[in-house]
Parts: sequence; structure tokens; C-alpha cells
Amino acid sequence: MTPMQLIFIFTAVASTVAAIMVVTRRNMVHAALFLVMTLFGVAVAFVLLEAPFLAVVQVVVYIGAIAILMIFAVMLTRNVTDDESGHPFNANVRLALLSAVFVFSLLVVTLGGWAQFSAIAPFANTSGAVAQLGEALAAADGYVLAFEVASMLLLGALVGAIFVVWPRQAEND
Amino acid sequence: MLDNWLFIGIFVLVAGVFPAMPIIMFHLFGPKRSTPQKLETYECGMETVGQTWVQFKVQYYIYALVFLVFDVELIFLYPWAVAFDTLPLLGVVAGVLFIFLLADGLWYAWQKGALEWS
Amino acid sequence: MMDPLVALGDWLLSLAAKINLPPAVSQVILYLLGVSVIATVALVITIFNTWLERKIAARLQDRIGPNRVGPWGLLQPIADAIKMLTKEDTTPAAADKVAYNIAPILAVVSVLLIWAVIPFTSVWYGTKLNVAVLYIAAVGSFGVLAVLMAGWSSNNKYALLGAFRAVSQLISYEVPLFLSLLVPVLLARSMDISVIVEKQGSFLEMFVVAAPLAALLFFISSVAEVGRTPFDLLEAESEIVAGYHIEYSGFKFGMFQAGEFMHTFTIGALTALLFLGGWQGPLVDQYPILGLVYFMGKSFAVYFVTMWMRSTLPRIRIDHMQALNWKILVPVALVLLMLTPLVDYFTKDLGVLFSAFPGSPGELTLTWRTAALLLTNLVVGIGALDIIRRTSKRNTKARQRFPERAVARPPKEEAA
Repeated sequence: MTPMQLIFIFTAVASTVAAIMVVTRRNMVHAALFLVMTLFGVAVAFVLLEAPFLAVVQVVVYIGAIAILMIFAVMLTRNVTDDESGHPFNANVRLALLSAVFVFSLLVVTLGGWAQFSAIAPFANTSGAVAQLGEALAAADGYVLAFEVASMLLLGALVGAIFVVWPRQAEND
Repeated sequence: MLDNWLFIGIFVLVAGVFPAMPIIMFHLFGPKRSTPQKLETYECGMETVGQTWVQFKVQYYIYALVFLVFDVELIFLYPWAVAFDTLPLLGVVAGVLFIFLLADGLWYAWQKGALEWS
Repeated sequence: MMDPLVALGDWLLSLAAKINLPPAVSQVILYLLGVSVIATVALVITIFNTWLERKIAARLQDRIGPNRVGPWGLLQPIADAIKMLTKEDTTPAAADKVAYNIAPILAVVSVLLIWAVIPFTSVWYGTKLNVAVLYIAAVGSFGVLAVLMAGWSSNNKYALLGAFRAVSQLISYEVPLFLSLLVPVLLARSMDISVIVEKQGSFLEMFVVAAPLAALLFFISSVAEVGRTPFDLLEAESEIVAGYHIEYSGFKFGMFQAGEFMHTFTIGALTALLFLGGWQGPLVDQYPILGLVYFMGKSFAVYFVTMWMRSTLPRIRIDHMQALNWKILVPVALVLLMLTPLVDYFTKDLGVLFSAFPGSPGELTLTWRTAALLLTNLVVGIGALDIIRRTSKRNTKARQRFPERAVARPPKEEAA
């Protein structure tokens, strides 16, 4: 068992446990903090896959912006001392568990039958990876159109979010 | 390259232990004279009234939203900046256009009055 | 010239080979030693800075700082630490135990992790990451999370309110911070801090000459990120009592304060690395140890500026602070980011403008690129100031003309 496999197994188990905690905790802020732990586990997985840029992007965007947004939403709209003693599962829990097990076994069967799955991929030379990504993003025969469409999507998200959240101008008119 | 990140991993563990050790030490060896008054919530010396929650102020949420959009934009811009030497003029203009579109979004938010802290 | 630390590392590795340790284990042990050295250096510098801060703040207020404990009061921080040892470690009864205890640790960890990528000299650094600048941004977001956890887990209205205001300030100022961080990345074509420092060879190649406006934006946003005056409305409020760390006492509170001091010095170090050339300076190729002297000197100079600001400027109100960020800093940063790549693209191959004393340690070489970028920065900066002055509310109202008031005049001399 190489050290990297050990680190990966530890990270995977921690992320999975944190993910289970996210969906079973009654206290929403605890659930949000466990979500942060899960996202950090994904970032560590990216590092182990030799994609450090994606790992830091994961932390900056998901943990630094999205998780904070969700925690804001939770803290601003709920009572801190909400009732937390209820049972975390509702009536559909058995059906949900059954479908989860079914999907997991489907994945195991499909991926296990694929010959490349257990082959160890050689590590590519990723020293210039970020520069290559940037070049591809702005190249005319690359993804420059998708790049600009992404910026328009972000613009649309910003405008839409402000329009939904900020009704004051409509009221004042 | 993974060696560098192994260093960071070890740093995380050691940096986590460094402040935790004195806290645990002081917790174990410090004086323990707790009275019920010391453990109560502080509210300028008065008893707390009502449950602890904060008035919903949409402003916090809007600032977090605008920050999120700019954060995602910057994630696209960093690789573009690193690859600057190999880009033709079209690539440079593509990036500038990207920034301009998001500056436009900020202008919209400004004009709507969404950036006022009222 | 062999560096003492590199030689020490090689000797330790050869020792490990002699006792037949597997190379992975010896590497891990070497990394552990390196991490401990860096963390200890960071902590010692922080402790020294608490003394330095008090002395300089005192001198700026026309008094002497601590001078009783040890020569020039140098042992004062140790006395403070011993005092904190005797404090009781309480946790409020209604607090969320786990989050309450983790928050101060997370606050310190998020600052300490930045030290892993800081190069002290050309060969003394923790590690070389090719995404170091974004790594610093990522680590900063953990500090934001720590503030939120601290405020919420205290189960105190004022702590929660203070935490929200603190987090909204922190995430707002992250936008101009990341935008201005993009400028040295653009100028050096790399996110690796070692590469950014290496590109700032001679005196006029420092990025502060090519992009002074970006340096200013980075400095202001960083000071706001740390939460120091003039942006320290999070801590010393009379309306929110003491902000998000109201329920913390003893050593946990000390952790928050230590984290803030460490963060202030860290932004001094980052400004020195990204804009002032870090360990570069005259004669640093022959004597690498001079790099450490230059780096520390530049960092402490920037740190002195933050201490100076603390003793001089009043605190900003929160609505002014958010307006400053979203209406001044972010638009200026965006305009700068739109113009800098265009100017850089057209002038990057133009060559040298003038060169004085070539070949000597005091070489001054100005390229067309640096001059053009400097001009762009000045134009954007002066333009922004002009627009601000013109649209500022103070000047849009016409100056009031007061009618002539009766002025006490001595009675006219009556003709006798």
C-alpha cells in the first residue's frame, strides 16, 4: 500500500462520512460546516490527481464563496435555537437507501467491467498545465467562444440575482 | 510536484497542532473557578431577552452574491493571465471583453442601488 | 556559494541514508523539520511585532512604550504570555463547543499556512507551488470561515451581528484584493511567487514601478482584510461591544489577536514579495544571505506603514467602507485590469528606453513596457481621483453664500 493510496483512502472515507453527516444533521449550521469538510476532501482529491489549480479553485470558489453564501442564508433565516431533537429521517428513508445502494452497485458493475479502470495511468508532465489551460481558453480554435459565453452567463446570474433579491426599485417606482 | 503538496499537507497538520497545544495546556493547567455567572451569555451585563437570532438584512446576501460572481470570473482570468505570452491579439481582447462584461454587471448593480448599505 | 540551510538539509539526508531509512520517511522527517522551522520563525516574528507595535505606536503618540521589563521592554511579550497563563479557560454554557474551540485555531492556521509559500531568499523557502497566488487566496477564505464560526458558536446576538458585519467586510474586500493580485501575475506570467520575485531583478523592474496603482489597491484591500485601522470597526465598537470575539477570553482571545498581528506582518511580506522585489537587491547574486536582509527590511517597512496608518487615521463607518470598496476600489481595479493587458501586449517587445550604469550593482534600466504601464497607472489613478472629486457630494452643492451679517462696529465718531 503506497503512501498515496493511504492518503487517498483516508481522504475518501473522511469526505464520505462528512457527506453523510451533511444530510443527516438536524442543525443546519452543523450540516453546512460538514459540507465545508466534504468540499475540502474533494480539493485534496484534486491534489492527489496532480491538478493543483483545480484544487485551489475548489477551495476559493466552493468554500470561500458558495459555502459562505449558504451559511449566510441559513443563519439569516433560521433561529439558532431551533428544535433539533427530531428524528432526521422521514418516511421515504427506506426507498432512498434502496436507490442509493442500487446506483452504487450499478457504478461498481459498470466501472469494474472496464479494463482501463484498474490500470495505473502514468503521470503526465503537468508543469505547464495552467498556461496550457489559459491558452486554450483564449485561442480562436479553442474555447474562446465558451469563455465569452461563460462571462455572459455570469452577467446573467448577477443581474437575475439582484433582480430577484432587490425589489426596492420596483416598489419605489 | 506532489512533493510540494506533501509539504503543504504536513504544514496543515503542524500548523493545526501549534495553536491547539497551548489551548489544551491552558485548559488542563489553568485555574478552574467556574461559577454560573461566568458561563452566562454576555449582553452588557444584563439578562438575555428572547432567542438569539439576527434581523434579516438582505444587504449581507447581496454582497456575498456579487462577491461570488466576481470570484468565479477571477478563476477564469488567472490562467488567461499566466498564458499571456502565447496569446495573439484576439486572445488578449477576449480577456478584456470578459472583464468588461462583468464590469457591466457591476454597473447594473450600482445603478439599481443594490450596493448601498442602508 | 553554498547556503548553510541547504547544506544542513543535505547532511541530514545523508545521515538518514547511512542508517538505511527509506527515502520517503527521511523526506517526511526533513519536511517536518522545515515546517517546524518556518512555523517557529513566524511565531517569533509575531511575538517581536507585538513589542514593536507598542513601541512605535507609543512614539507616534509622543510617549515611550513599555520599557520596564527587560532592556527597552523587550521581554514585555513574555510577561504578557505568562499573564495569560493564569487566566481561566471558560466556555459559555450555551455555546456550541466544537465550533467555539475550533474557530480561533482555524483563524491562526489560515494565516500560518501562507508562510509555506513565502520565499525568504532564492533558496530558502517552504515550497514552490505553481499556483501559489491562488493558494494564498484559498487559505484566506478559511479565515473568513473562522470568523463566521466564532460569531455563531458564541450564541450571542452581538457576536453574531458582529460576525456578519465582519464577514461582509472581509468578502467585499476580497474582490479588489484578487483583482489587484492579478496584475503581478499578469506582469510575471506566472502564479508562482518565486518566479514573480525573480522577474523583479533590478531597481526599476520592481512591479511597484510598473503598477503602483495595483500595489496601492493590494495594500488597501489587504489592510481591510486583516481588519486593522482604519478598517477595524469589527473590533473596537461601542455599538457591537467587541464584535465576534466577545465571548472569548484568555488564550483563545489571544489566538485571535496573535492571528491578526501575524496577518498584518504577512501582508507586509506579501507586498514586499509581489511588488517590491522580495529578496532582490544589489549584490544578492554573490551573497545570497543579503536576500534575507532585503526581504525582512522591505517587509518591516510596509509593516511600519500599517502601524503608522493605525496611529494616524480614524475609523471608517461601515457604509462608507462598503461604498469605498464597491464604488471606488473595484471599478478602478477593473479599469486597470482592462487597460494593463492591452498596454502590455503592445509594448512587451519594444526594448529598453534608457539605461544608466549598466553592469554595476546600481543598474537602472527602464524598458518601454515599464514606462507605458507606469503611465497607464498614473492616468487611471489621476482620472479616478478626478472623477471622485467631481462626483463627491460635498462639492455638488453650490457653496452657500451667506448674506452680509451685521458686524459689531464701533460707533462712528460723532463730530464733537
